[in-house]
Amino acid sequence: MEKKQYERPHIIKLEAGMPGKFGMRSESLPVTHIDGVSVKELTTNFGSPLFVLSERTIRSVYRKALKSFSTRYPKVQFAWSYKTNYLTAVCKIYHQEGSWAEVVSGFEYDKAIANGVDPARIIFNGPGKSADDLRKAANGGSLIHIDHLDELYTLTDLAGELPRKPLVAIRVNMDTGIYPMWDRFGFNYENGQAWDAINKIMMAGKLELVGLHTHIGTFILSAGAYGVAAGKLADLALGIRQKFGHDIRYIDMGGGFASKNTLKGSYLPGSDTNPTFDDYAEAITSALVNSGFRPDNLPLLILETGRALIDEAGYIISTVIANKRLSSGRRATIIDAGVNLLFTSFWYQHPITPAQGFSQYREDNTLYGPLCMNIDCIRESANLPLLNKGDRIVIHYTGAYNLTQWMQFITLRPNVVLIDEDSKPHVVRENEMLSTINGPEKTPPHLA
Amino acid sequence: MKINENLAISDNGFLFNPTTGESYTVNPIGAEIIEMLKSGETQERIISRLLDMYDTDKKTLEKDLHDFSDILKQYQLLSEDE
Ligand SMILES: Cc1ncc(COP(=O)(O)O)c(C=O)c1O
Repeated sequence: MEKKQYERPHIIKLEAGMPGKFGMRSESLPVTHIDGVSVKELTTNFGSPLFVLSERTIRSVYRKALKSFSTRYPKVQFAWSYKTNYLTAVCKIYHQEGSWAEVVSGFEYDKAIANGVDPARIIFNGPGKSADDLRKAANGGSLIHIDHLDELYTLTDLAGELPRKPLVAIRVNMDTGIYPMWDRFGFNYENGQAWDAINKIMMAGKLELVGLHTHIGTFILSAGAYGVAAGKLADLALGIRQKFGHDIRYIDMGGGFASKNTLKGSYLPGSDTNPTFDDYAEAITSALVNSGFRPDNLPLLILETGRALIDEAGYIISTVIANKRLSSGRRATIIDAGVNLLFTSFWYQHPITPAQGFSQYREDNTLYGPLCMNIDCIRESANLPLLNKGDRIVIHYTGAYNLTQWMQFITLRPNVVLIDEDSKPHVVRENEMLSTINGPEKTPPHLA
Repeated sequence: MKINENLAISDNGFLFNPTTGESYTVNPIGAEIIEMLKSGETQERIISRLLDMYDTDKKTLEKDLHDFSDILKQYQLLSEDE
């Protein structure tokens, strides 16, 4: 007689009040394949845990975002925010799609150059540019976004020794009605700092003011805030035209659109409630079109969207190491991917699905990573089928920030695989080995 | 171990405890275990019968049965022998 498939015995009390106000949210539909490749095959060939990126999703989300803006405004340019995910393969997909590069350090600048980006299509943001960084960027004709007066003075001084006039924008921070207001980067709009910087640039005549930039925050759930911000930058641009007879070439609205992720503590899933690209595009482009620009003289609209473009394209496949009960009787599951790989689990409730079929029984789980550290919790609560040791799960929307902010902490970092549009997996970053870590270390002779 | 003998389990895994009025859902293997407990089977016997029926191993069963019994105790459906 053939034996039946085993499932753990399970019993759960039916509580009054369950399901909740919005019904039961089920994350339990299994995701057995990613872009046509089976999860099992992926872990067999590339190990577990495993980062998986979908080229198909990267391209389709990008095209959707571009379409939302370009159907509403004639001149739109995306610049890929390198810090969101600077794997070479990922950057190259965005560059193939027509994206410029947005970088915030000398290292990221060099990476963009190594990726073959025309220096004139690199936007250099951030408060920490060194004099060497500024020289390099100015010589290349890159777009330098000035963050503070010290940088403005340094660059003005450098300009004298440079063969060409540096191309600059200023970063502007402002009140857009959202909390918290980000005021640590750039020059404030309301208190006149922004005008002060503009006056200094225009009067000194050493720098070419080509743009105005803002990045009002991140994971902004109010599209309207972008309308306010675009209106304020348009005001500045029109003021510059009036005062100096000078047209700036572009308005850069930065990043910050919410991805489909769900912020911790939210009641409803982000994929249902967060604003869409159309919502953001409508707010920004109507503010620009309805401001005082002549229709034939609209500035280029630049967007530095990061997480909203790539979150959806990233997955982590992970394997159940063990399950146990906490003293409260609550089920806890230990998986082989921890916060060292999934930095964003501090912010989001990443959707988690099993990678194999299950019965309809499920239970509330706390999901812990494998690290021997109390912080290593991936989800405080996830309603999942009865997972056994060795079962695989898929963690969703992990494409942004994890592959740059991950930590080599306690364990080595795993393979990263990109599945191309023909469903062929490619390793785009190899798993680390002991030599990866020991390589750059030096042992003093008396300890050797 | 002693199971509450008045427990009623329906075919679709709905379990009702008439003593407290509380309801539970239980999966098929859980229901089988509860039935075996009701008919007075020992832990040993339960494990060996389940091993015949299911594609799994003894260690896993022992661990899961132990865990299941703990939860039954927590729900006060099962009590230690006096
Ligand atoms: C200047 C700038 N542009 C763009 C981004 C990308 O932001 P996001 O990933 O929220 O779209 C950031 C991230 O903080 C940023 O600082």
